[in-house]
Amino acid sequence: QDQTPIALEDGWRDMEAGIARLKRILHGVDGTSFTSQEYINLYTMIFNMCTQKPPYDYSEQLYKRYKQALEEYIKSTVLPSLKSKHGEFLLRELVERWKNHKVMVRWLTRFFHYLDRYYVSRKLLLPLKELGLSCFHDLVFGGLKTTLTTIVIDMVDNEREGQLIDRALLKDVVGIYLEIGQGSVGLYELDFEKAFCKGTTDYYSKKAQIWMLEDSCPEYMLKVEDSLQKEKERVGHYLHASTEEKLLEGTILELISWRAEEILYKENSGCRVLLLDGKYEDLSRMYRLFSKIDAGLFHVSKIFKEHVKEEGMSLLKHAADAANGTKNEKKEAVGSPEQEFVRKAIELHDKQLAYVTNCFQNNSAFHKALKAAFEDFCNKDVAGCTSAESLASFCDSILRKGGSEKLSDEVVEDTFDKVVTILSYISDKDLFVEFHRKKLGKRLLFDKSANNEHERSLLSKLKQYFGGQFTAKMEGMLNDVSTARDHQTAFEEYMRDKLPNHRVDFSVTVLTTGFWPSYKTSNINLPSEMIKCVEIFKDYYNSKQKSKRLTWIYSMGNCNIVAKFDAKPIELIVTTYQAAMLLLFNGSERLSYSEIVTQLNLPDDDAVRLLHSLSCAKYKILNKVPSNRIISPNDVFQVNHKFIDKMRRIKVPLPPTDEKKKVVEDVNKDRRFSIDASIVRIMKSRKVMGHQQLVAECVEQLSRMFKPDIKIIKRRIEDLISREYLERDLETANTYRYLA
Amino acid sequence: VSTNLTSRKAQRVPTKAVSKEIERIDQLFYTYADGSSSMIDPEGIETLCSHLEVPHTDVRILMLAWKMGCEKQGYFTLDEWRTGMKALRADSISKLKKAFPELVQEVTRSSNFQDFYPYAFRYCLTEDKKKCIEIPVACELLNLVLSLQFRPQVEKLINYLKHQNEYKVINMDQWMGFLRFCNEINFPSLDNYDADQAWPLILDNFVEWLRASEN
Repeated sequence: QDQTPIALEDGWRDMEAGIARLKRILHGVDGTSFTSQEYINLYTMIFNMCTQKPPYDYSEQLYKRYKQALEEYIKSTVLPSLKSKHGEFLLRELVERWKNHKVMVRWLTRFFHYLDRYYVSRKLLLPLKELGLSCFHDLVFGGLKTTLTTIVIDMVDNEREGQLIDRALLKDVVGIYLEIGQGSVGLYELDFEKAFCKGTTDYYSKKAQIWMLEDSCPEYMLKVEDSLQKEKERVGHYLHASTEEKLLEGTILELISWRAEEILYKENSGCRVLLLDGKYEDLSRMYRLFSKIDAGLFHVSKIFKEHVKEEGMSLLKHAADAANGTKNEKKEAVGSPEQEFVRKAIELHDKQLAYVTNCFQNNSAFHKALKAAFEDFCNKDVAGCTSAESLASFCDSILRKGGSEKLSDEVVEDTFDKVVTILSYISDKDLFVEFHRKKLGKRLLFDKSANNEHERSLLSKLKQYFGGQFTAKMEGMLNDVSTARDHQTAFEEYMRDKLPNHRVDFSVTVLTTGFWPSYKTSNINLPSEMIKCVEIFKDYYNSKQKSKRLTWIYSMGNCNIVAKFDAKPIELIVTTYQAAMLLLFNGSERLSYSEIVTQLNLPDDDAVRLLHSLSCAKYKILNKVPSNRIISPNDVFQVNHKFIDKMRRIKVPLPPTDEKKKVVEDVNKDRRFSIDASIVRIMKSRKVMGHQQLVAECVEQLSRMFKPDIKIIKRRIEDLISREYLERDLETANTYRYLA
Repeated sequence: VSTNLTSRKAQRVPTKAVSKEIERIDQLFYTYADGSSSMIDPEGIETLCSHLEVPHTDVRILMLAWKMGCEKQGYFTLDEWRTGMKALRADSISKLKKAFPELVQEVTRSSNFQDFYPYAFRYCLTEDKKKCIEIPVACELLNLVLSLQFRPQVEKLINYLKHQNEYKVINMDQWMGFLRFCNEINFPSLDNYDADQAWPLILDNFVEWLRASEN
């Protein structure tokens, strides 16, 4: 260190020369680059000037002059060149100048490097690189950034309108924002991204307005989806990845969130219309788009629910109209309005479920909406019938002879599955079971069941879905019938043995009490031919089962009788009662009403029904005097010998009595027992319980079979109190205690 | 429970003044009692009432029965008579008459009323096994027992009970419900009545009927 210290101006002269050389290189004037020696010289100059002993250590001045050199360059060269440019040209110029600046800073930092090693950190100053870049920021960028952002946004808007733009340029410009931030995105976000996102939302806000006026809902949604895709791509082309989320969020807000109701409820093309017209693709798109916004799917599922409900209600209206005969609709409907309703409801369910699966991605909100809608209209009456009865009637139409023989097993099985689905929506399930049981009894006893396998199949599906107690009785009924068939051969042998000359074919079905519905019967006087059969069976049965007692229900029997009319004999298929009545005429040519009633020992209402079916209906087996259509106690009857029909065998129907009321009564009675049992069960396990809780649990427990009326539950609780199963707690209000 | 002269001997020997009192009480009893049954029967009670100048359907007679702890409606036994008269410190008709105002006050004190109110119901049960009283009887009893304190509610309730035909009898649980209703529910606004709570169903229906008739 025994050299003379270098004077500042001397040393600086060398540096300036170097800087000037650098500028020339940058401007493409000087083709050569710095040699290693030149570089070392410049570096060493700084080194020396910084390591000289004070007052010759010029670190502070050199630091300042570094900055000044850059600033001077910017002011003299960069700023003027930018001032004169506009639009895209300005962007290009800026990109170019920035490139140069970075090179300049890079070289200068190398020359002045020694300052970075000690001076900068000791004085806690900005390192040379940062200082260099911040010069550009402070002098150039700071003033221009708003203009820049506007130009960029304009260019992007043009691209959105379909024009081709210089994406590379934009990428470079965005790069400047990022680099000037020197590692953090803060500058980018503040100076660029915020304004850019605002520009985007402004753009789409305008677009949304136009599209809303001009386009239908599906068209609008297509444009939205397309826009979102394009914006996403845009980020990849020239924006920073972190912008994607904010950009899309803003776009979605403008295009979907603010316009959600307008889109969904657009006249003639909104969600409801799409559902009505089966527009799967459009609905799928709607689902995708609305799943992007808060509560978006909630609104769509609400419309879906309303749609299904309305479709269901219109089915009910059709049924009501058909029942009243108000609409002369095309008679494609087979069966009663109630059965048609069930058929249509199943179709509706399939169709709507397809929407949930195919368009709404099996989203649980839509499953719930479907369920709620069906639960709503499936519990309303169908043309005066309960939905439970309608469903049972529908099943009956499939299971009885003449119902479904043309359908394949697969179709029948599938239909049963659908029946179970519909039943799951009906709250009065116990009412369905009772109607189904009653109709099953009729089918079995009058030999109207088409296919035993089908009967069992439906029962097993019901059992699987709703539990064994649902179907136990009906399974018992089927078993009784198959047992009877098994024993029939043995009985026939027995009968042939004991009554070799008695030529009456006779079969008996023994019903296990409790499985079958209760049937009304009366002490009708049977003709002797029938009595003989009954007695023989009694003997036979007692020889097999000593302990059991038989009660005969002749009202449910049927009989084939050959009537020898003048023209030809015809086999009549009638009920046992009808047969007993006809056989009276084997003894007398003419009988009066009162004679018939006395001889048969029938109550009047039965007698009237029977006589009407034989003398005033389609087949006039008996002649009635006077020959009007009303049975009166003064009538006189005789066989119509002239009766003729082209068939050899005819069924003479006996219209059934209306059992609806009885079924409902029986079900209500059972419900009272069920409610009592449930309350006692709950109280026994909990000992003490509040009123509302007890009611809620009771409803919950019974919900599998029916929806109990809250008032009835209260009534049952009071009844149980008076029967001393429970008491009111004296200290706590609204609370009950179990009395052991 | 019948007493006769022979069982009197089983009682302990009282002091002279007290035994004089007991004598007077017993004597008074026998002036109204029926000779064969040794109880005051309904006829006897009617006579007693006319001497007291109180109608025999008056609530005060019911209160007297309560004070005596009478078990059978329309009959007073000697033991019951003694219990009541001693408690009221009365051994003559005039003293009994004077004791009435205080008796009424005592009964209407809420702690006693909680006991008197169900007693009134039980008192009206006819056969041993029966647990309910018929609607007309219930209406009369309500009038007798509650109309002093709760006239508006009782009037409406009686009107309703006569109109409705779902219930033909009232049981103890419902009877107690009526008192709770009068005590707890704002009348005639009914604004704090909640049918989702454990009120007897008959009261739910009553409130529904009231609200419907207002519209």
